[in-house]
Amino acid sequence: MQLSRDELIQAYRKMATIRAFEERLHDIIATGEIAGFTHLYCGQEAVAVGVCEHLAIEDKIVSTHRGHGHCLAKGCDVTGMMKEIWGSREGLCKGKGGSMHIADIDKGMLGANGIVGAGAPIAVGAAMSCKLDGEGRVAITFSGDGACNQGTTFEAMNMAVVTKAPCIFVFENNHYSEHTGFEYAVGTQKDIASRAEAFGMKVWRADGCDFFAVHDTMREILEYVRAGNGPAAVEFDTERFYGHFEGDPQNYRGEGELDRIRETRDCLKIFRQKVTEAGLLDEAVIDELNEAAEADVDAAVEASRAADRPTAEDVLTDVYVEY
Amino acid sequence: MAKMMYRDAVRLTIAEEMERDESVVVLGEDVVGGMGTDGGPEAIGGIWSTSTGLFDKFGANRVIDTPISESAIVGAAAGLALSGKRPVAELMFADFIGVSLDQIWNQIGKFRYMFGGKTRCPAVIRMAYGGGYNAAAQHSQCAHQILTGMAGLKVVMPSTPEDVRGLLRTALRGDDPVMFLEHKALYAVEGEVPDGDWTIPFAHARQVTSGEDVTVLATGLMVGIAEAAAEAAAEDGIGVDLIDLRTTSPLDEEAILDSVEVTGRLVIVDEAPPRCSLATDLAALVANKAFSSLKAPIEMVTAPHTPVPFASELEQAYLPSPDDVEAAVRKTLAYR
Repeated sequence: MQLSRDELIQAYRKMATIRAFEERLHDIIATGEIAGFTHLYCGQEAVAVGVCEHLAIEDKIVSTHRGHGHCLAKGCDVTGMMKEIWGSREGLCKGKGGSMHIADIDKGMLGANGIVGAGAPIAVGAAMSCKLDGEGRVAITFSGDGACNQGTTFEAMNMAVVTKAPCIFVFENNHYSEHTGFEYAVGTQKDIASRAEAFGMKVWRADGCDFFAVHDTMREILEYVRAGNGPAAVEFDTERFYGHFEGDPQNYRGEGELDRIRETRDCLKIFRQKVTEAGLLDEAVIDELNEAAEADVDAAVEASRAADRPTAEDVLTDVYVEY
Repeated sequence: MAKMMYRDAVRLTIAEEMERDESVVVLGEDVVGGMGTDGGPEAIGGIWSTSTGLFDKFGANRVIDTPISESAIVGAAAGLALSGKRPVAELMFADFIGVSLDQIWNQIGKFRYMFGGKTRCPAVIRMAYGGGYNAAAQHSQCAHQILTGMAGLKVVMPSTPEDVRGLLRTALRGDDPVMFLEHKALYAVEGEVPDGDWTIPFAHARQVTSGEDVTVLATGLMVGIAEAAAEAAAEDGIGVDLIDLRTTSPLDEEAILDSVEVTGRLVIVDEAPPRCSLATDLAALVANKAFSSLKAPIEMVTAPHTPVPFASELEQAYLPSPDDVEAAVRKTLAYR
């Protein structure tokens, strides 16, 4: 199905915002201005946006430690997120969560997660909740090729099938679990989707660097799951431009590998090429969207630098609702 | 006033809360029991008979029988709680927290804090704990000493059917994650339970026996053990102020410190092994905040620092007994 001009613009702007957000973080973290562990999503934007563009606020997503892209794609505020990563009390989680634990329940974003593989069972619960409400809503769990080796992911897939929960397992295979290659760590040596297939799920596979492939595939999956067929899984082949964490020297990469994927597998470049060749958007519009995304991130960084820091009293708040 | 068993108090309370609030959802391994068998759903109705009949009454969407997948059970409870439901998940045996610890420790216990207070996580995780069934080291353990140490979780340990009613209502109506620890040796114990829709707030200890000579602190099955010791000591005119803590997090510090201020002597009874435990935590609390009231060293009656043994003789030796508690009471009184 053809996307409208407005839909194309919205999708690209989101991808460009994630890219600008991540590239800026990469630069700033190198200066030491931000503390803590940060895992950048750069390179995988087409997956987060291609998936989330289909979702309503009532649909839920559960994310990973590499969660900025999913959060932004689901509608979390750019400045609120940047302030959170800065550790400000004005951040989306008041500076209590940081990069790895950003959540915005009101947006249907049930949390990034510092524990690899922890998200899938949570998404199954959210999907049970959607099923109980009976309004055709779904829950999505994003997992990488690292998380696909965790027992929790296997438990979650089986439980989703058994309970017919409208849960979609989105596997983003970026070929690296931390610093270890897919060929070594995933015993099937083949793919992740076949594992989901073994649990009895209908499975899709697509190029995660092509926004249109992701978007079209998700449309099919959502039709299938919203129709009450139970869970489904999809594996997107994608690329991670930066290391496992910021500061990772990436000396496990092959020679020229990063240059090659930046050149041939960059989802923003692929999007630009497709829409300009098809005459859907012209180069100038894309450039403007990139500039707008940069401006949003500029504003978020400025606001984060100026934002209130938490105080020692804040340590004690929000442990419980009531004690 | 009705007489009912501890297990019936659990089931009845869950059923009533499911009736009252349609967001209450039950899940766990064999909470229905018999799914996918010739015997059919409800053939088991929960291995502790704490969920019998719920499936027939509320259906498969609200009473969810799960595979043996403790991580997925607690994780699903987390997801349900984050998306507006009130899950009551059963882990069967408290020993199984090990398999699901990440979801308890890193997930449900931390969501509210990590997410800046912008969410609630009203998940109740029920589990049967404790010794007395010759169930050996992997089916007899306590879990409160581990769970109490995790900030973000509330830990409840009812010792009577009445307390099950009042505390479980509070757990199911609150907005925090609650670990609800049911002692398996108490399930068949009967007790009077007041009628009506009343609750027991957390951090409100219950005075079981009153006395001015020694304070005794206990939870769960240990309350009855300590009560037997208090009765034996009373024959010699020794007054025991026995306090059932009921919840270990939050803790009724005031009740403990007020009592010690009067008695000046403290015996802590705990079914868990003694290192880094509830017993040592309570001892530290009193030593820190009521040191000047103490007339004798604090006594701790606990299990030894071993896994729970199997053979009856060994398990009897392992668990604190009324004699052990009475001896500790007399020891603290004899201190000069």
